Amino acid sequence: MSEIFGIPVQALLGQLLLGLVNGSFYAMLSLGLAVIFGLLGIVNFAHGALYMVGAYIAWLGLEKWGLNYWVALVLAPVVVGALGVVIERTMLKHLYRLDPLYGLLLTFGLALILEGIFRDQFGVSGQSYPVPEQLTGATDLGFMILPNYRGWVVFASLAICLTVWFVIEKTRLGAYLRAGTENPQLVQAFGINVPLMVTLTYAGGAGLAAVAGVLAAPVIQVTPLMGSNLIIIVFAVVVIGGMGSILGSILTGLVLGLIEGLTKVFYPEASNIVVFVIMAIVLMLRPAGLFGKEK
Amino acid sequence: MNAQTSQRVAWLVVLALLVVAPFAGIYPVFMMKALCFAIFACAFNLLLGYTGLLSFGHAAFLGSAAYATGWLVRSAGWSPELGILAGTSVAALLGLVVGLVAIRRQGIYFAMITLAMAQMVYFICLQAPFTGGEDGLQGVPRGKLFGVLPLHNDVVMYFFVLAVFVAVFLFVVRIVHSPYGQVLKAIRENEPRAVSLGYDVDRYKLLAFVLSTTLAGLAGSLKTLALGFATLSDVHWSLSGEVVLMTLLGGMGTFAGPVIGAFTIVGLQNFLADRVGSWVTVIIGVTFVVCVLAFRRGIVGELLEWQKRRNRHHRA
Repeated sequence: MSEIFGIPVQALLGQLLLGLVNGSFYAMLSLGLAVIFGLLGIVNFAHGALYMVGAYIAWLGLEKWGLNYWVALVLAPVVVGALGVVIERTMLKHLYRLDPLYGLLLTFGLALILEGIFRDQFGVSGQSYPVPEQLTGATDLGFMILPNYRGWVVFASLAICLTVWFVIEKTRLGAYLRAGTENPQLVQAFGINVPLMVTLTYAGGAGLAAVAGVLAAPVIQVTPLMGSNLIIIVFAVVVIGGMGSILGSILTGLVLGLIEGLTKVFYPEASNIVVFVIMAIVLMLRPAGLFGKEK
Repeated sequence: MNAQTSQRVAWLVVLALLVVAPFAGIYPVFMMKALCFAIFACAFNLLLGYTGLLSFGHAAFLGSAAYATGWLVRSAGWSPELGILAGTSVAALLGLVVGLVAIRRQGIYFAMITLAMAQMVYFICLQAPFTGGEDGLQGVPRGKLFGVLPLHNDVVMYFFVLAVFVAVFLFVVRIVHSPYGQVLKAIRENEPRAVSLGYDVDRYKLLAFVLSTTLAGLAGSLKTLALGFATLSDVHWSLSGEVVLMTLLGGMGTFAGPVIGAFTIVGLQNFLADRVGSWVTVIIGVTFVVCVLAFRRGIVGELLEWQKRRNRHHRA
């Protein structure tokens, strides 16, 4: 059996793997969006730009300062998280009492600023980032050849996503976070520093985007536009999954990546829009998204 | 002079300035572009400013009309008036389809859904066989309006665009002041109450959405004729962002705001493009942030507020 519906199994599995890799990025980014939206009520349009900054930190680290991939994987989220603290403290905190639309508009402006600065500094052409030495090569799984780096990306992002899910759903800190989204005044009255928690949540979400950026750097070209191209698909993922559920955003991200990969095999012309078509269909059937709660 | 008369006088002065502009040495093509985006922003404001719906995908409607008009006029040899009519209808139909899906959710979800649907339109324009892909449609002829008016003359074309702009502007004013417009404002202020009063809110919102996309399409069709091309930047989401900025900067929910916003942004882009390169994006981004943080009422909104405060002061 070397063909399924006239498609060679190798090609099919290859595309499915690519889909899974993309799906991992969708999952990590939509997870960050969901966490930030949950506690801050802000749709973080700058999320794609923060992801892009993460990838550039990895690239710059290697090119200019000779820092390897593993250092970047720690450094990027720290730097971008610090940037997140500044953004939240100086700008976002003024918007919590307003219509959430203002948060969207402000972060849209931030995305433009970040993108413009990187475009001015590095141009629009893509930079390639080498796969780290330890992860070069490929493993023969018997039914397919798995490039080690791609396997690592899927593994690492799943591990990160599940950790975040565990922290939010199963730990005391997560309980505070969830309570904070329900009733900030009450949680504050219990002696918990809610503003600090909010700041750290935004920083954490931003850091998550940066990690995704570093993971993506060796797989795709690093360009100033890489974030804005991705963020809109991630928004569609969020709409399909429904903003309410952490696990929902992870699952939806992965599944949509896979569906996109499959479409690339069977009907390549539609692969760019399949996510949006699914979004339209899901909204007709379930306006609150697959995992969302109807209000 | 009461407030209403002074406002009318102000509008007549603006109109007079617009009429003499091409003779005062202002580049007519720039003025046409700015007027087209002013129509676009007025259409957008009808939705955001008066109905409270933030569409983040309005470029899709301007862009699809721009492509439809461009292709029909250039490749199928249609006359300009039929081209505009067809382009505007395409935007209206597309608006109906997107509206039917998007109207089911509110606020932030509505914004994200319109954005995603617009992205679908973007990829279709990128891949469809007749749109010219990355190059877009170039060299669209202006032709003769109704077989008589030679639009290839910049001044004639300018007055045609100006006439359409004035018509759209008056139309928007009329809509907002009509009983229908009052219902829209009621929905914006308190949707549950509008529902409880027995209004079929979804139908009102859908009609507002389609009206807005139709006018956005008209702006796109005119723009294609005036500038002679339709490209991917007409359907790109950054244009959807720009029209939000035009409305916000000028003052949403005011009549003059979007027009002033559109002229400011188009002017800024024209003026800065050769001078600062990529920094245009940064400057636009900073304007966005400053508007949201410091003056959410926009230029016109702040002026009206200042006037109101002054009047109160005088009476006291």
